[in-house]
Amino acid sequence: MKPALAYAAADGTFAATWLLLAFPAVGAAILLLGGRRANRWGPVLACLAAGAAFVLGLVLFAAMLGRAGDDRAISQHLFSWIPVNGFQVDAGLLLDPLSMCFVLLVTGVGTLIHIYALGYMAHDPNRRRFFGYLNLFVVAMLLLVLGNNFLALYVGWEGVGLASYLLIGFWSARPSAATAAKKAFIVNRVGDVGLSIAIMLMFATLGTTSYAGVLGGIGALGANSGTVTAIALLLLLGACGKSAQFPLQSWLLDAMEGPTPVSALIHAATMVTAGVYLIARSAPIFNLTSDGRLLVTIVGAVTLAIGAIIGCAYDDIKKVLASSTMSQIGYMFLAVGLGPAAYAIGILHLLTHGFFKATMFLGAGSVMHGMNDTVDMRRYGGLRTVMPITFWTFAMGYLAIIGFPGWAGFFSKDKIIEAAFDKGGTSGWVLGTVALIGAGVTAFYMTRLMIMTFFGERRWDPDAHPHESPAVMTGPMIVLALGSVISGFALTFGGGLQQFLEPVVGRSAEEGIHTISPTVLTLITLLVVAGGAAAAYRQYGTQAVPRTAPQAVSPVTVAARRNLYGDAVNESLLMRPGQYLTRALVFVDGRGVDGVVNGLAAGIGGSSGRLRHAQTGFVRSYALSMFGGAALVLAVLLLGRLG
Amino acid sequence: MTPAYYLFLSAILFTIGVLGFLLRRNAIVVFMCVELMLNSVNLSLVTFARMNGTLDGQIMAFFVMVVAAAEVVVGLAIIVSIFRTRRSASVDDANLLKY
Repeated sequence: MKPALAYAAADGTFAATWLLLAFPAVGAAILLLGGRRANRWGPVLACLAAGAAFVLGLVLFAAMLGRAGDDRAISQHLFSWIPVNGFQVDAGLLLDPLSMCFVLLVTGVGTLIHIYALGYMAHDPNRRRFFGYLNLFVVAMLLLVLGNNFLALYVGWEGVGLASYLLIGFWSARPSAATAAKKAFIVNRVGDVGLSIAIMLMFATLGTTSYAGVLGGIGALGANSGTVTAIALLLLLGACGKSAQFPLQSWLLDAMEGPTPVSALIHAATMVTAGVYLIARSAPIFNLTSDGRLLVTIVGAVTLAIGAIIGCAYDDIKKVLASSTMSQIGYMFLAVGLGPAAYAIGILHLLTHGFFKATMFLGAGSVMHGMNDTVDMRRYGGLRTVMPITFWTFAMGYLAIIGFPGWAGFFSKDKIIEAAFDKGGTSGWVLGTVALIGAGVTAFYMTRLMIMTFFGERRWDPDAHPHESPAVMTGPMIVLALGSVISGFALTFGGGLQQFLEPVVGRSAEEGIHTISPTVLTLITLLVVAGGAAAAYRQYGTQAVPRTAPQAVSPVTVAARRNLYGDAVNESLLMRPGQYLTRALVFVDGRGVDGVVNGLAAGIGGSSGRLRHAQTGFVRSYALSMFGGAALVLAVLLLGRLG
Repeated sequence: MTPAYYLFLSAILFTIGVLGFLLRRNAIVVFMCVELMLNSVNLSLVTFARMNGTLDGQIMAFFVMVVAAAEVVVGLAIIVSIFRTRRSASVDDANLLKY
């Protein structure tokens, strides 16, 4: 396995790589700086900017396919960014198969969601600002995946964080949205500190931050050396923050306060998968540290379990989808943590997940659009006949996520379960079993969501008049649903994605070495999935769903409804002690430091106030004191001479 | 004819000047007391110059005279203008500049 670190120069078609960033950047600038004049045509311009980037991405993809496999990593030097003696950072772009996947996903799904938002946000007075932020997000995300060094990645990383913050808190008049935005930002900070320290470590040990230098030179530090493991773990911390993985998962559920297109684009399809990108991009680092890889898989397995359990308990349709996102990204982490054998599978699941989760989020948005922005699934029911297009597209996403044979998830998620078992040893069995049970739970909560939303009796609010969404919204949903159906098959056909990514992440494991035979495992997985779906049908399909959540439930359900006490743990373990520390510091600062300074000033001020009264305005008293002073000086001089 | 007499006279004149400066209210008289002190110092300067046989003290006395002359010009002008505005030459009345 030898990653191609000799990058080809950007010539011919590839000289236009920088335009990928320029289109949405110009769009964002015009929308955000254009003022009210841009209100009318701004949103359409934003769609065109994203669309132009997508078309360019397709052109570059075609050009890339025309080159030999080892020659597909193209580096474009833009300008010298930080030219300090001994620390040279060039701003440059790297377009290789891995970033190509992301470029197409971000611009493709991004364009569709831009168009969808034209309909969804049609009546929002701040539409222009919304589309400006969306374009800003696209720029930042493209910079994240296209940068040719870790510092550029970091800039993009912070940029998507900013866009996420702005968009979660887009309806900032709602206190809950403003709080959720702050929470997302602060939790992400924790991860970002890890990433920034990792970059500093790279510079300290290798003297460079470029991919070519770091990924090519990391081998010199030796496998499993302390520094390599430290860098890997810090990168993992950064990835956990951005991808809402345990223990930094708490922000994603609250992030659903943002408009639904944002949840679909940023908090399902693209930004939250940046952590997976980071680990896949740093493959040469993680390949050198078995401890680091093991921890990645553990994080992935824990998060996929947490997300799946939480998903079963919520009645808020967007929060169910959000916990499902957490869970699915857990699968991706599990895959990329397995090492060279499964990087490509992780990326495959990332791409298929981008399609089916975006489909379902847009479907949820369409349902909310028709139901006066109600998100409580206990207020839905029987929407299948009222919203046929939403129902059918959502059903495609549903079949894809549970891994119905032939649909996208079947090709990606089952592969991950298989790869986990193939890891071998106790850890392989544990991880595989968790992933397998997770698939069953996924089927349970997704079936529950489907039944509560689209089937059963109508439990609508009296003032709800559900209707199908306009074509500008259903169009993107149909395209994405198509992707949910075929993307899995299309990407694995003839080992497609696997071979495409091979120059970047290395060769996958040889076929034929399996703990459990793939056929048997697929059957077991299907059985577990069917069991999960059947359990959900028995509970929600055969009995009436109460309009208010039942209170007499098992402790597990209570815990799951409370996010498995994730927020409570954060609050009691981190937030409260932090608050006490802050208060103590404020007290010391107020009483101690400020006390000394203010006391000194007050003392001087008070004594000056008293001394001031010596200035009486009578010339003769001044003269007397002058005389007295002169006499005193004279006396001292004389006494000094005598003594 | 010992120098001590001159010095005694100088001290007496200086003391009179100081007392007048401290006790009198009329600005003109206070001013004259200042002059008296300056000239008593001049007397002692000249006496010391004589005792030491050098000219330093005498030159110093000339300087004092020059300064005194300039001071008289400025000081009298101030007193006259104060008198014009306040109809009084008492130093105790001009007490606005205070805490």
